[in-house]
Amino acid sequence: MKREPTKLIMGRCLEKAACKQSCCWRGVILCILITLAILAPWIAPHSYSYQNLDLGAQPPSSTFFLGTDTLGRDLFSRILYGARVSLMVGFVATGVALVIGVSWGIIAGYFGGRVDSIMMRIVDVLYGLPFIIFIILLMVIFGRNIWLLFGAIGAVEWLTMARIVRGQVLTIKNQEYVLAAQAMGVSNFQMFRKHIFPNILGPIAVYATLTIPQVMLLEAFLSFLGLGIQPPMSSWGTLIRYGVESMEEYSWLLIYPGLTFTITLFALNFFGDGLRDALDPKISSD
Amino acid sequence: MLQVILKRIAIAIPVILVVASITFFLVRMAPGGPFDAEKVVPPQVMKNLNAVYNLDAPLLVQYKDYMFNLVQGDFGPSFRYPGRSVTEMIFTGLPVTLELALYAILIAMVIGGVAGVLAAVKRNTALDYIPMTIAMIGICMPTFLLGPLLVLFFGIHLELLPVSGWGSLSGDKILPSITLGAAYAAYIARLSRGGMLETLGQDYIRTARAKGLPEYQVILRHALQGGLVPVVSFLGPAIAGLIGGSFVVETIFQIPGLGRFYVEAAFNRDYTMILGTTIFFSALIIFFNLLSDIAVLLMNPRARSEA
Repeated sequence: MKREPTKLIMGRCLEKAACKQSCCWRGVILCILITLAILAPWIAPHSYSYQNLDLGAQPPSSTFFLGTDTLGRDLFSRILYGARVSLMVGFVATGVALVIGVSWGIIAGYFGGRVDSIMMRIVDVLYGLPFIIFIILLMVIFGRNIWLLFGAIGAVEWLTMARIVRGQVLTIKNQEYVLAAQAMGVSNFQMFRKHIFPNILGPIAVYATLTIPQVMLLEAFLSFLGLGIQPPMSSWGTLIRYGVESMEEYSWLLIYPGLTFTITLFALNFFGDGLRDALDPKISSD
Repeated sequence: MLQVILKRIAIAIPVILVVASITFFLVRMAPGGPFDAEKVVPPQVMKNLNAVYNLDAPLLVQYKDYMFNLVQGDFGPSFRYPGRSVTEMIFTGLPVTLELALYAILIAMVIGGVAGVLAAVKRNTALDYIPMTIAMIGICMPTFLLGPLLVLFFGIHLELLPVSGWGSLSGDKILPSITLGAAYAAYIARLSRGGMLETLGQDYIRTARAKGLPEYQVILRHALQGGLVPVVSFLGPAIAGLIGGSFVVETIFQIPGLGRFYVEAAFNRDYTMILGTTIFFSALIIFFNLLSDIAVLLMNPRARSEA
């Protein structure tokens, strides 16, 4: 009985989302991608870092599906390993954003009054700041550390989450069951955990799905400028960067990583949109 | 009304100062001095260099001096390019970046606005579905991919347009502007479609139609003003995105603008340049956010009458 609210809501979400076929096949694309990324070390046909200059910049063939790069590394394997980095950034940074944004939003919304207005004013001010520049600044000053990158991106993306969560909490906190729980003297922590959190899970899930592509885009942007993931590791952003350098002679080096990246973002965005339509028509598209 | 605007300005100024202070201390926290370059310089030279750039003073004194100069519009000397000041470099690059941003936003507003309004008016027809699908692809296609693809196709494959430069060959401004504007065109199309759909469902639109106004007048005179509010409020934050985009576009197309200077400064660890441009960009973004907030206020009759 205890876990019922969470289960019920998640069950309903999945059921509704599954009804939408379009939402479903995008989910399938995502699942395939994630599986490929996790299994990369076992299914990659070649090593991602092994260089063989004799095989430099070969066009796609039966041995090298998508060709090789200028240093003779198999492009398909590199895209697979790049997926690991790109998706990991997506999930970890979104996780960071979730933790900060959800706690911020719940606290601001639940306590209301002065706490709320101060906390939300801070969010308003932060919204107006050029975070991209700050992330670049951090990468320049503290070196191009992958965990710092995750943290920095996550620390930027929590603002919208905080706003959405606060809005949801504001509507929930005046419901009878919350008042009843308050009357029974439930502690604040228990209140958040048992009554509020399960009920805002839907919007959180939707927004988290929509945050992942934004985060991946940000990472790829930084990597493209050479300020993100450093070699020999590669994310899709770095692959696109190398692709651009040699696109005049070897256009496949740009086109395949670019295509993979665009399809992934497309699938993630559409999946998030579908989930939103299925779960809560009231959350606006922005 | 005026009070609201003044209040917003009153918030913006301390925010810029706080940003400047945080940036200053962050940059000073960076490991290694600005002159720890490839070759080791004799201690006396190092000492003189530090003295010239005021780096031997206590941190708080440096901070005070920097802020004092900053308020007067002096961002200090560049560490990498001796003899050039950061202010000078900002004002060499700025006109180029602004011009690029202007073309991009014009392209975005015209294409995006027209597509969005048409899609809303001709809802659920091909005129709705096709542009909106393209818009979705436009949002998912990052600038740093679209740019090179355009270069590959129009520049290298068809040899129609120059692939780099700014203002030196005829037509070399076209590709960068489209590259930078495309994603915004896509966003604006979606926003204006959404805004128009909502406005078209309002009572006053029904009234206008009931009066017997022709449809184009209903849309142009009544619906547009309300329907485009989301677009206007998006324009402020869009400037921040445009600056980020200009880093990429100026790097791809070798345009001598502020964005490329910034990325170069980041690579060269030219700390004063990074510091100066960061503060400058922040001020710019805060300023444009303010402008778009005011514009939204002016466009909303309810907010106008409350004042």
